[in-house]
Amino acid sequence: MAFLLRGAHVVDPQVALDCVRDVLIDEGRIQAVGEDLARPAGAEAIDARGKYLVPGLVDMHVHFRDPGFEYKETIETGSRAATHGGFTDVATMPNTDPVSDTGAEIRYQIDRAHEAGLCHVRPIGALTRAEKGESLAEIGDMVVEGAAAFSDDGHGVQGAGMMRTCMEYVSQFGRVAIAHCEVESLTAHGVINEGRASTRLGMFGWPALGEELEIYRDIELCKLTGCPLHIAHISTARGLELVRAAKAEGLPVTCEVCPHHLFLCEDDITDTYDTNLKMNPPLRSAADAAALVEGLVDGSIDCLVTDHAPHAPHEKNCEWEIAFFGTIGLETSLPLMLTNLVGPQKMSWSRLVEAMAVAPREILRLEPVRLEAGSAADLTLIDPTATIEVTPDYFESRSKNSAFLGCTLTGVATDVFVNGRRTLTDGVVTSQGR
Amino acid sequence: MLSVKHLIDTTSLTADDITQILDTARSFSEVNKRAIKKVPALRGRTIVNLFLEPSTRTKSSFELAEKRLSADSLSMGGATSSVVKGESLADTIETIDAMSVDMFICRAKLAGTPHKICEHTDAVVINAGDGKHQHPTQALLDLYTIRENFGHLDGLKVALVGDLSHSRVCGSLVPALKTMGAEVTLVGPPTFQIADPDYFGVPQTSDLDSVIADMDVVYMLRVQLERMEGAAIPSRREYNRLWGLDMSRVDRMRPEAIICHPGPMNRGMEINADVADCARSRILAQVNAGVLVRMAAMYLLLGGENNGVSA
Repeated sequence: MAFLLRGAHVVDPQVALDCVRDVLIDEGRIQAVGEDLARPAGAEAIDARGKYLVPGLVDMHVHFRDPGFEYKETIETGSRAATHGGFTDVATMPNTDPVSDTGAEIRYQIDRAHEAGLCHVRPIGALTRAEKGESLAEIGDMVVEGAAAFSDDGHGVQGAGMMRTCMEYVSQFGRVAIAHCEVESLTAHGVINEGRASTRLGMFGWPALGEELEIYRDIELCKLTGCPLHIAHISTARGLELVRAAKAEGLPVTCEVCPHHLFLCEDDITDTYDTNLKMNPPLRSAADAAALVEGLVDGSIDCLVTDHAPHAPHEKNCEWEIAFFGTIGLETSLPLMLTNLVGPQKMSWSRLVEAMAVAPREILRLEPVRLEAGSAADLTLIDPTATIEVTPDYFESRSKNSAFLGCTLTGVATDVFVNGRRTLTDGVVTSQGR
Repeated sequence: MLSVKHLIDTTSLTADDITQILDTARSFSEVNKRAIKKVPALRGRTIVNLFLEPSTRTKSSFELAEKRLSADSLSMGGATSSVVKGESLADTIETIDAMSVDMFICRAKLAGTPHKICEHTDAVVINAGDGKHQHPTQALLDLYTIRENFGHLDGLKVALVGDLSHSRVCGSLVPALKTMGAEVTLVGPPTFQIADPDYFGVPQTSDLDSVIADMDVVYMLRVQLERMEGAAIPSRREYNRLWGLDMSRVDRMRPEAIICHPGPMNRGMEINADVADCARSRILAQVNAGVLVRMAAMYLLLGGENNGVSA
C-alpha cells in the first residue's frame, strides 16, 4: 500500500528539514520528499495539513513483562500501547520471568513482536545471568539473535568488578551497556526521595547519592574498558553534571530521562500516598526536575524514554511501602513533551525529534531513519492541537498505573507508519497483520 | 466541632482543634475517677480497633476509652486477622465496612495506611500510629500532660531526644507543639536524625548536654530496636552514655522541668531506671492522659457537642 502524505510540516534535523512538504511512501520506503508531489495510481492520499511528520519515535526503555507477567502487559498489548503513543520502535528491558539472558529469550520476543505486527521490538538482554550480578549472561548468543543492547535494569550490577567484566565483554560487540545506577546498600528500604518527602511522609529515603555514586563508578569503568555506556533514567542534577563532565572528556557516555522526572517532583506526592507516583529512581526535588529539563533541551541528556512499567491494580491499590515501583508512560510521553515543552516553545521541534527519534537509534546502533528518499518508512504524524484526557479508558496498555491520570494534554500522534504500513490511523491502532 | 473529619495527622489540626480536644479530655478526667467509670456518650456506636502491628498500651488505651464511652467495639488484627492470610487492605476495609461500623482505629506498620482506609469507607478513621509517619493521639496526650503541668503550652522549650528518624512520635508531636506555640529542639546521634529538619522548621543537634539546661520538657524517645535496619549506633552502653537521661543530666535541668517518654521504655538505654521513676517523670501521667484524649477524640469526631459528661 502506497501513501501520499500531503502538506505535512516535516521536521528532521538529520537532513535539515523544518518546512511543509509532501511525502510519498511505498514498498516500505520513503520514495520522495518534495513540494506538490503527484499521487501515483493506487496511492492513498492523506491530508496532513496542520500536522507534523517526523522520523518514527523510539522509546529505548520499556517493560513489556512478557514472558512471566502477562497479566500486567504482553508484547502484543505493549506494542498496541507503543503504537497508540506514536512509537515505531521500543527497546524492552530483560527483567522478565525468566530473565531475558539467552538468545532463545531474545528470539522469543522478536517472534512475538512479529506476530503482533505493530512496532519494532528491540530486546535488551541481561548483562548477568538472571540479573543476579554474579556471572556473565550469554551476551554473544543474544547478539546473534538480535539483542540491541545489554542491561541489568531494575537492579544494577552491584559489584564493581562484575560490572567491569560485563563492560569489557560487551565492548567487543559494538553494543552499549545500559546502567541502572543504584547502590543498594545506600537505597536499602528506600521508597521515596530522601529529604523533604521522606521526612514529611515518614518513610525510608532513597538518597540521590545512591544513584550518583554508581553513575560515577560506571563512567570510570567506561574509561577503563572503552565500552559505550548509557545511563538509564537519570533523575538528579548532580548525576547529570557527572554525565556532562564525561562527555566533555570525550567518553562514549550517553543518558536518558523519563517524563515523570521532568514534569513531576517529590512535592507532588501528597498525604494521599498515590502509589502511581512511586517509581525507581524516585521523584526528586523540584530543582532536580528543572535541571533535567534544561539538560534535555540543551542536549546534555541525549534522549527521552518512558521506563513504561505496567502493574496490575492490586499491586498499586495498597499501602505505598508495599506498592510496586513504576508508572506506565508510552501513551503520555509525546503529549507531555508537546504540552509542557514544545507547545510553550521551551524546546524546538528539531530537538524533540533528536531526543525521541534520532538519538535512541544512534545509541542502539539501529539503522537511521531520515525524511529522505530511500529511508525506511518508519514515520510518526502528530496533531499538535488535538487534546487528550488521560483516563484509564484512554490506554491501550493492559495496565492503567499512570502517574498522569487526570491530566488534559495537547498534542498527540494520529498516524504511525512502520515499514510503510499504517499501524495507527487517526489515533486508532490498526492491527491488520503482516 | 473539629475542623477535620478524621484524625490522621497533627499537621491538619488547628490550635482550636487541639484546645478543644484537650479541654474535652479534661472534662472526661472526672469520669475516670468515679467508681463506675462509664458515660453513655457513644452508646450504640460501633468502633473497630484494627491493629495490624503489635501494640499493648495504645490498644488497651483505646479499648478502655471506648468502654468508658459505652461504644460497642471490636478488636481485630495481628495473627488472627485475614491480613496475614494475604488479603489486601482494601478488601479488609470494605469487608468490615459492609458490616456497618462508625469508626476505625488503625495501627499499621506502613505509613499512609489510615489515609488508604479513608478511601474505602465512609466511617471515621483515627490513626493509632502508622509506620514512621504519625501517631496523633500520642501527640495529644503529650500536649495534655505538658499543659496540665505548666498550665499552658506556648513559649515552652521542649527537646525531643533520641531515635528521631524512626519515630512517628516525632512526626506528630513536633508539628503539634509548634502549632501550640512551643519551641522544639531535636537531639540525637546523626544516624538517628531526620533527613530534613527544615521541613519542621526546628534545630537539630547531636549534643544533648549543650541544650538540656534550657529545657522545660525533656522528651526521651524510645530507641526503636525493632525498627533498626542496619546498626546505626555501636552499642546500648555508648548510646546511654551520650544520649541517655541519667541523674547527672537530670540535675542540670531547670528546677521546674519535667521528663516525658512515650513508652515502652528501654530502661538503661535512653532513660535510666531511677530517672524514669523520679519526681520529675510524667511518664505515668502520660498513660493516664492517653485514655482521656482518646475518649475526647472519639467523642468529638463522632459528633459529640458540649463536654460529653452530661450527654
